[in-house]
Amino acid sequence: MARSRPAPRGRAAAGRARTTRGLAGWLFVLPALVFYAVFVLRPIVLTAQYSLYEWDGIGPSSWVGLANYGRVFTDPALFDSLVNAVKLIVFFSAIPVLLGLAVAAMIRRIAASRLALAARTVIFLPQVIPLVAAGIAWSWLLSSTGVVNQFLRLLGLGAVTRAWLGDFATALPAVGLIGAWVLLGLCTLLLLAGMSKIDPALYEAARLDGAGAWREFVSITVPSLRQEIAVCVTVTVIAALASFDIIYISTQGGPGNATMVPGLQIYYLAFSERAVGMASALAMVLMVLVIACALPIQWFTRDGNR
Amino acid sequence: MARRVRPAGAALVIAMGTLAAACAAPGGDGPQPEAGASSSLSTAPTCGTEPVTLSGYFETGFPLPKDLTTEFTKQHPNVTWDIREDQFAVITQNAPRVLADNPPDLMRLPQVSELVKDNLLKNMDGYAKAFGWDRWPASQLEQLRMGPGGRPRGEGSLYALGLNLSMTGVFYNKDLAAKIGMSSPPATLAELDDALAKAKNAGVTPIVQFNGGATGGLAFPLQNLMASYGPPGPINDWIFNKPGASIDTPSNLKAAQHLERWVKAGYFQKDVNAVDYATMMSRFIGGKGLFMFNGDWESGNLDKQLPGKTGFFLMPPAEQGGKRAAMSAPLTFGIGSRAKNADCAASFLNWVATDKKARDIGVEVGGSRPMGPADAYMPQVAEDKVTAATLAAGADIAKDDGAMDFIANATGAIYAKSWTPQLQKLVAGQQTPQELLKQVQADYTRQVEGN
Repeated sequence: MARSRPAPRGRAAAGRARTTRGLAGWLFVLPALVFYAVFVLRPIVLTAQYSLYEWDGIGPSSWVGLANYGRVFTDPALFDSLVNAVKLIVFFSAIPVLLGLAVAAMIRRIAASRLALAARTVIFLPQVIPLVAAGIAWSWLLSSTGVVNQFLRLLGLGAVTRAWLGDFATALPAVGLIGAWVLLGLCTLLLLAGMSKIDPALYEAARLDGAGAWREFVSITVPSLRQEIAVCVTVTVIAALASFDIIYISTQGGPGNATMVPGLQIYYLAFSERAVGMASALAMVLMVLVIACALPIQWFTRDGNR
Repeated sequence: MARRVRPAGAALVIAMGTLAAACAAPGGDGPQPEAGASSSLSTAPTCGTEPVTLSGYFETGFPLPKDLTTEFTKQHPNVTWDIREDQFAVITQNAPRVLADNPPDLMRLPQVSELVKDNLLKNMDGYAKAFGWDRWPASQLEQLRMGPGGRPRGEGSLYALGLNLSMTGVFYNKDLAAKIGMSSPPATLAELDDALAKAKNAGVTPIVQFNGGATGGLAFPLQNLMASYGPPGPINDWIFNKPGASIDTPSNLKAAQHLERWVKAGYFQKDVNAVDYATMMSRFIGGKGLFMFNGDWESGNLDKQLPGKTGFFLMPPAEQGGKRAAMSAPLTFGIGSRAKNADCAASFLNWVATDKKARDIGVEVGGSRPMGPADAYMPQVAEDKVTAATLAAGADIAKDDGAMDFIANATGAIYAKSWTPQLQKLVAGQQTPQELLKQVQADYTRQVEGN
């Protein structure tokens, strides 16, 4: 459009300069773009393609159209794994964010003391530990002779002791607890950083108006942390939906599929059942589900939508 | 507008270019079927005299294959080894890709029928003829024979060989057995039930077993009970994917109901659904239970950890004097269809079964019966060792013709996706024996027909 009409000389020269600058910009982006295309876009497109075939990963494949997607939603074993992932959001997201808010507010109150530093370190520590190590440590803690049960027996609660990860009723919450423990540190640290940006004058004004600690928290702290809370919720919801390592280490989806999640199911389908098409279809559904959960969170918490 | 579009267009071209590979239908790059090339060997192949490096892909944590390769090199100095090791679960997942892309000369194999279907394993009929493996007792190689396309198993061409022949049954702690007054191994299922009840009453855990995660170890006692109530033939047919075979039979139902009675009587540890294989072993070695359903790959280990205190017996039959059966399988090794040094690898496998020193290593390190001719040299083992008991059991099973493959090997996914969750539900009281067998049969039918 711009080229079809002769432009005044000055504008054309400026345009050329800008074009050169633009090209240089793209040149800088190019390596990252190639990397992104090869290692992110290409696998996504290939996965989408595989999901339309029945294929064992080696031999010839056969076109099955959307049949694999049909099975994702009709086979209870596959659909239940999606349901479990949604249940895990409570543990991976709700608990760390709510508890993180409380902990951060508490640490901020005692900010000057050495205790605050110690508390920050202890709470952030799980983030530094590899998830596999966390999974192993917790499967020991939660085993029938583990520390958790020893403690319960000490309190005279011997009747409720059990193999927490091997019991149909408690396996999913137990796995969720491990996730909550890992993600609490991340949320606390993010929220704490956000709190330090809040203007102290706001608190002073509120106090002059007779606001108590609770009122301050609800009316000043939480609204000011809108952005940080959005980041926390996004990161933790994705962690819940895409969970793999903790569950693979602690329960492998057992007992009897009670802790089966899509990430693990995809892995089993692709590498033990060698149903690459089915695995790809479930992976595409999981990707859409993650985007469908993450986008609204971003949208609701954007500044313009208050 | 145009100013922006051009670089973006270039980016799009780059992106599309990278995606271009995605256009064709996936697959089909695997090896093509052999035209019976190996079936025309006139003499038995050897490793020759030229230096040769064999590539091996073995299982971590089991020293037998490496010990054998070391001894082989000692006897054949021109042969050296390039060995990669992984956990068995990793080998299982990697096997097809590794055999297609970078085939080892010698590889520890998981369930083989799907690999045969994709033409990834060398047809060994030619070697069998040249080395005389076809004159060994037929039952040794039955599980490694496959029809065209990998199904059914149990007959047809030979696609792998074993380093030895493992055997399963019941290990028991001799001290705890003495405590409950069990002076000799139970001879019938009723006697075993009696011993279990006595142990329970004496405050001893009757059976330590694993059933946690993705590994349903209750499949061991279940299959043993199946073999007590019925003949092993139909079970093998089911495992070998013979047309019309079913696991949902009246005698198997009795076995599953018997297992459920054991569960309800509290004969397994309360947390059995959270116990993995390693935990089971450490509990048994720690004297925390009377019985353990397991295989002779642990014989050497138990002789070291609990010297003289472990006994072994085959699962007793339901009726006095009935025939006994056991899960017994070769420690499966195969040669990639595109392997570079297939002949040398085959001569190694033959050496493992026939060389005196190799057979000694097989028993000492592996704890199981060596493969090979019926009249071959058999290493001597001290009487008080559990290895002696498991070797003798192997001879008994051969006599009763009671060798079965493992019900977990019927298809690639039947163990992790069917037996394991169903058995875990049975333990938790969420599944009945009838429904368990019906469910497994339904999964099996879908998997066999789907492939």
